[in-house]
Amino acid sequence: MSAVADAAVAAPVPRAGSMKKDRRRALYWSYFFLILFVIFFLTPPVYMLITSLKSSAEIGAVTNPWFVYKPTLENYAALLGSKQYLTFFANSAIVSVVVVIVTMLISVPAAFALARMKFWGSATLGMGVFLTYLIPETLLFIPLFKIFAWVQNLTGIEVMNHYWVLMFIYPTLTVPFCTWIMIGYFASIPKELDEAALIDGASYFQMLIRIFIPVALPGIIAATIFAFTVSWADFLYPMAFTTSADQLVLPAGIVTILIRGDVYAWGQIMAACLLGALPPLLIYAFLMDYYVAGLTAGATKG
Amino acid sequence: MAQVTLRNLVKHYDATPAVRGIDLDIADKEFVVLVGPSGCGKTTTLRMIAGLEDITSGDVVIGDAVVNDVPPKDRDIAMVFQNYALYPHMTVHENMSFGLRLKKVPKDEIGRRVDNAARILGLADLLERKPKQLSGGQRQRVAMGRAIVRDPKVFLFDEPLSNLDAKLRVQMRTEIKKVHQKVRTTTVYVTHDQVEAMTLADRVVVMNAGRIEQVGTPNDLYHFPATKFVAGFIGSPAMNFVPCGLEQAAGGLRLSLGNGPALPVPADRAERYRAHVGRAKLLFGLRPEDLFEQRPHLEPGQHAFEAVPEVVEPMGMETLVLFTLNGVETCARVNPGCGAKPGAPLKLLADLRHMHLIDDESGQVL
Repeated sequence: MSAVADAAVAAPVPRAGSMKKDRRRALYWSYFFLILFVIFFLTPPVYMLITSLKSSAEIGAVTNPWFVYKPTLENYAALLGSKQYLTFFANSAIVSVVVVIVTMLISVPAAFALARMKFWGSATLGMGVFLTYLIPETLLFIPLFKIFAWVQNLTGIEVMNHYWVLMFIYPTLTVPFCTWIMIGYFASIPKELDEAALIDGASYFQMLIRIFIPVALPGIIAATIFAFTVSWADFLYPMAFTTSADQLVLPAGIVTILIRGDVYAWGQIMAACLLGALPPLLIYAFLMDYYVAGLTAGATKG
Repeated sequence: MAQVTLRNLVKHYDATPAVRGIDLDIADKEFVVLVGPSGCGKTTTLRMIAGLEDITSGDVVIGDAVVNDVPPKDRDIAMVFQNYALYPHMTVHENMSFGLRLKKVPKDEIGRRVDNAARILGLADLLERKPKQLSGGQRQRVAMGRAIVRDPKVFLFDEPLSNLDAKLRVQMRTEIKKVHQKVRTTTVYVTHDQVEAMTLADRVVVMNAGRIEQVGTPNDLYHFPATKFVAGFIGSPAMNFVPCGLEQAAGGLRLSLGNGPALPVPADRAERYRAHVGRAKLLFGLRPEDLFEQRPHLEPGQHAFEAVPEVVEPMGMETLVLFTLNGVETCARVNPGCGAKPGAPLKLLADLRHMHLIDDESGQVL
């Protein structure tokens, strides 16, 4: 036994073959581009962090912009003490959570139906869902505004200038994309699993709830993160549909209250943006493993 | 328990026919294997019995009821799939009990049935594991367990062993047979592997191009194939088919094999073949085990001739010798000790008592 073990240990004689050299070169290049990538994407947040720790006087002074001479938390204190900023935060949170729930309630069953229940026109519908996603919001917001104005005139219900109207608007962005990724994810689940469930006596609804959702959980989490990020960070729609300070969500609120005329409260803007980026960051950190699994599923599964 | 009857069962995918009219009676407790090459319609037939595939025309009868429009869950069947189709997020116990839980069977009854199935299949220690923690063979046993706990009228197996390696396949084959002997449920089993079909089945149904070629016990199919297709499909290595002529000779009939030997037809077969004398496009069919090395005593019906081996394949307990007979590659099974060498002439015996005469045009065994 020990002789076998010794032989196994002694056998691989390290030799610098051409494969090894090739691999090392490839690794160097990967590191080079990865570092470039990291610098490119991390520079803005780092700059924001540095600026958020400066007083207005220091920001205005001619000093090295990459260095903080007198660090202060006054920007953060001012924001967290401001009722308005906290209102924006709360509005954003409510809108995002509701949008995520609405999106999942629509796109999971929709994706299940499109991926698994063969019916007339299902392929065309699936393609239609994807095409909807390709229309940018910059094209959509004027027609949507018109529609909501028309609804308001027709029913007398005041829909403009309420943060809850965003709960109806954001799903136009999130539902198509989430449905589309879920279709792909559901399609990667072997067909025999539904057939086994059918024979076991499951209805389509039971099949969705008890088999597909648990099995496709990574995909659903990926879709959830996407829906949350989109509704947390969207800028154009809240700018178009809400104006009163108490109805604003974070992205619109920050530029409304922290830019007065041509006066920019840079320190507070940076602090507000960094604080605003925290919730998605925390969600990513917790669900990252699932998220990556969700994005790569279907690549190798038969 | 129940019998299954298929009446003129037809399935078309758009314009393409997959199953072209199948009639089959499967008795209660019988183990029937559908076997045939890829695309012969065997899996489609099984899926129609399961209710996973719509029927174009014809009837599927389970027990006494026509179930054409009955959904799978109400047919009282259980199916084992090629890729196991276990629910990956559930434990073995949950996988096996899923169907019963959906039917709201009482908990203690579920526990009793799962334990019983686990005992039959040797899964008792694995009940709390997830499928990914199991080996291929264990997964397939769980899939069978899921079928057993439901205590269905009919078991359906769709190539359940194809994903296993050769050794495990043989082992699981025996287990499936043991399970059937214990639970005695009517079983329809689909495979493309004729060895599996022969070893498992009470009766084998050989299918080809959407039709049934022949139904019979494994021995019937082996010894009395009805068509060239069945003769060639059942048995490994496959039966040899050599073009031949049938001539009247002094004292009986004679097969002429072109530049090969002329072989006398045994007297007991001569009467049956007499009507085909002089007919064109005949094939002489003989299994490799009926072509062997020369032995000291020639029995009646055996005939010696000389062949030049081109390839010699030692298999251990026997050696396969390939040579050309009337322009066709022919296989003989000889004793490893007979000294067969490529290129060296070898005396062989043909045992014509087991010969077949086949009409190459219709494919019928005469």
